[in-house]
Amino acid sequence: MSSYNILLDVKNLKKYFPVRKGVLRRVVAHVKAVDDIDMYIKEGETLGLVGESGCGKTTTGRTILRLIEPTAGEVRFRSKKLAGQGEEYKEVDVATASRKTLKALRRDMQVIFQDPYSSLNPRMTVGAIVGEPLLVHRVAKGRERENRVRELLGAVGLKPDHMKRYPHEFSGGQRQRIGVARALALDPQLIIADEPVSALDVSIQAQVLNMLEDLQEEFSLTYLFIAHDLSVVKHISDRVAVMYLGKIVELCKTEELFTNPKHPYTEALMSAVPVPDPDYNVERILLEGDVPSPVNPPSGCYFHPRCRYAKDTCKTEAPVYRDLGNEHFATCHFADSLSLRPVRTG
Amino acid sequence: MPLIEVRDLKTYFYTEDGVVRAVDGVDFTIEPEKTLGVVGESGCGKTVAALSVMGLIQTPPGRIETGEILYHRDGKVTDLTGLNPKGREYRSIRGNEIAMIFQEPMTSLNPVYTIGNQIMEAIILHQHLKKKEARKKAIEMLYAVGIPVPEQRVDEYPHQLSGGMRQRAMIAMALSCNPSLLIADEPTTALDVTIEAQVLDLMNGLRENFNTAIQFITHDLGVIAQMADDVVIMYLGKIVERATASEIFHNTKHPYTQGLMNSIPSLATTKKERLIPIKGVVPDPFEVPEGCGFEPRCPQAMEICKTKIPPLKEVASCHLAACWLYE
Ligand SMILES: Nc1ncnc2c1ncn2[C@@H]1O[C@H](COP(=O)(O)OP(=O)(O)OP(=O)(O)O)[C@@H](O)[C@H]1O
Ligand SMILES: Nc1ncnc2c1ncn2[C@@H]1O[C@H](COP(=O)(O)OP(=O)(O)OP(=O)(O)O)[C@@H](O)[C@H]1O
Ligand code: SF4
Ligand code: SF4
Ligand SMILES: [Mg+2]
Ligand SMILES: [Mg+2]
Repeated sequence: MSSYNILLDVKNLKKYFPVRKGVLRRVVAHVKAVDDIDMYIKEGETLGLVGESGCGKTTTGRTILRLIEPTAGEVRFRSKKLAGQGEEYKEVDVATASRKTLKALRRDMQVIFQDPYSSLNPRMTVGAIVGEPLLVHRVAKGRERENRVRELLGAVGLKPDHMKRYPHEFSGGQRQRIGVARALALDPQLIIADEPVSALDVSIQAQVLNMLEDLQEEFSLTYLFIAHDLSVVKHISDRVAVMYLGKIVELCKTEELFTNPKHPYTEALMSAVPVPDPDYNVERILLEGDVPSPVNPPSGCYFHPRCRYAKDTCKTEAPVYRDLGNEHFATCHFADSLSLRPVRTG
Repeated sequence: MPLIEVRDLKTYFYTEDGVVRAVDGVDFTIEPEKTLGVVGESGCGKTVAALSVMGLIQTPPGRIETGEILYHRDGKVTDLTGLNPKGREYRSIRGNEIAMIFQEPMTSLNPVYTIGNQIMEAIILHQHLKKKEARKKAIEMLYAVGIPVPEQRVDEYPHQLSGGMRQRAMIAMALSCNPSLLIADEPTTALDVTIEAQVLDLMNGLRENFNTAIQFITHDLGVIAQMADDVVIMYLGKIVERATASEIFHNTKHPYTQGLMNSIPSLATTKKERLIPIKGVVPDPFEVPEGCGFEPRCPQAMEICKTKIPPLKEVASCHLAACWLYE
């Protein structure tokens, strides 16, 4: 048997947004933002979720947390805080959990947002922002709460006297640290980080990435790390899921993805990343056209209009997401037979 | 003979809180048909330096304090800082000879006019073509930048195009007058990588066909490596390092540039390595250090760095750096 615990197990998760038109606001179509995805996250690992703008990364994160209601699917979570006497954990389906259970679950599952500017209330002091979850969940108050906030600020590399200041007095990187301190307040098991470093300059980005790695170790955290920057995802993740038009097209161990990709989209994505070396002149695989609309995705394999390996079957038959062995999942008819170009190494 | 020579350029902004020395004594040259990459973190003065060349600094609050922007053409030299930014000569240079793609795509495309109308307007204004010919030329340009079915797209509005297509339309507009210099301010930062790869590929191709020099502004070192012949690294309004792209990447001299290189996670390494960030943050523009601007964050800072500004000087062949380590 496996030597790890699965903390979060997502099955057949769907989120369709209605598209309304006309005076009657009739539903004329659906945006299939998350279109039947399966994935699991192991305790203590970082699962990276990568893909281009609009492919459904944020919606996946928010649906898992049930900040938005899923259209269908299961989100099984092993909660420590909900565990009864003598139990190590209690398994809950977040997708169908009651309001009360959901509130308790919030303590276990936290989120960090992309935008360090708009995600913090400008009228609250840093102390109040970081301490708010403690108040809402009645975990600590008064002196105890203040001490906890001090501790949290210390953990993310800020000073205790920063408590009395307001968000606008901080730089982007520092604001992101405040957001992280807040997410840590309730001692969560899982943190969903939605593009936590995308808005930061590279030198600051590196500081925040290192901090997230340190905190993971210190507090035994599990991360779902959402980003569009493949280099960042590669750096931080143990396993990576690649999304395209609401579907996971490939999911496997990080090193495996970069050395032995099985999906043509992954290959193209890796090839497109600009390499910081002027002597690097391997020809890029250029994808033609734009990402199609999730309202009206192509027939068969969603990737077929841009895929250079597409055959006739790809136009009519949708490939299924399947395990190719060794926990390497891919959604392509020819995943076993294609020989794709790995990322450049050395 | 260079195309543009910028000498000791200083562009300051006079704000309520004090003076922002956005560009503070900058020297660089752009060679004809070459690409100069300008790199640096947010707020270091990349856009202001470009707008200074374009004569588009808003005055007040901004002002070019000192310096020369020498523009060489047909054996003549014009100091652009001596021209009236709103005058006829500058207006004709801007658009005709020096064109710019702006950081905010929506500032250069007007949402109420079709793409075609906007390109045609530039062509009619600068090339004195008739409307019908201008339309033909506009379609040709859209085709040249790889927009599918250009006869149809020419009549569409900016919001009907995807981000990548809008960027292409802007490039088409900027290139429609065959400028000798194209200033591109973060032209791909807002795009997805697969679309970015298309646009970069397009720009490299156009550079060859149109013989245009490019001033390419970005904070992405990967993009610079792919696009630039020469590179300047800016920090706090100053150039800290300037060299050929190959020197910048393979023989990095300035501690700040070294810091930037160590901060970026690499796709190439197979091992999980710890990043080496630059400590601290970029100082507030009103609290610029007295000596070397990088001193508070520099792992190799010395006593002298606190009080004296290091000059930009040659540290290797065709390679300049502003750092007391190379004294
Ligand atoms: N509330 C909503 N109503 C309707 N459509 C939505 C809503 N939220 C998201 N969408 C659509 O769902 C799709 C997925 O959006 P999502 O924000 O999850 O993408 P993403 O991968 O996070 O993109 P980005 O990288 O730009 O953040 C997009 O087509 C988006 O327009
Ligand atoms: N109109 C203005 N008024 C006052 N200050 C300004 C103005 N325009 C720019 N600045 C200041 O000048 C400095 C340089 O700005 P600039 O826009 O050139 O930076 P940049 O390197 O292009 O940054 P980014 O990567 O964020 O685009 C900044 O401190 C900025 O706040
Ligand atoms: S199923 Fe066909 S179109 Fe889809 S990725 Fe595989 S080869 Fe390409
Ligand atoms: S001059 Fe001094 S502080 Fe500045 S970069 Fe060089 S060593 Fe560092
Ligand atoms: Mg998102
Ligand atoms: Mg700028």
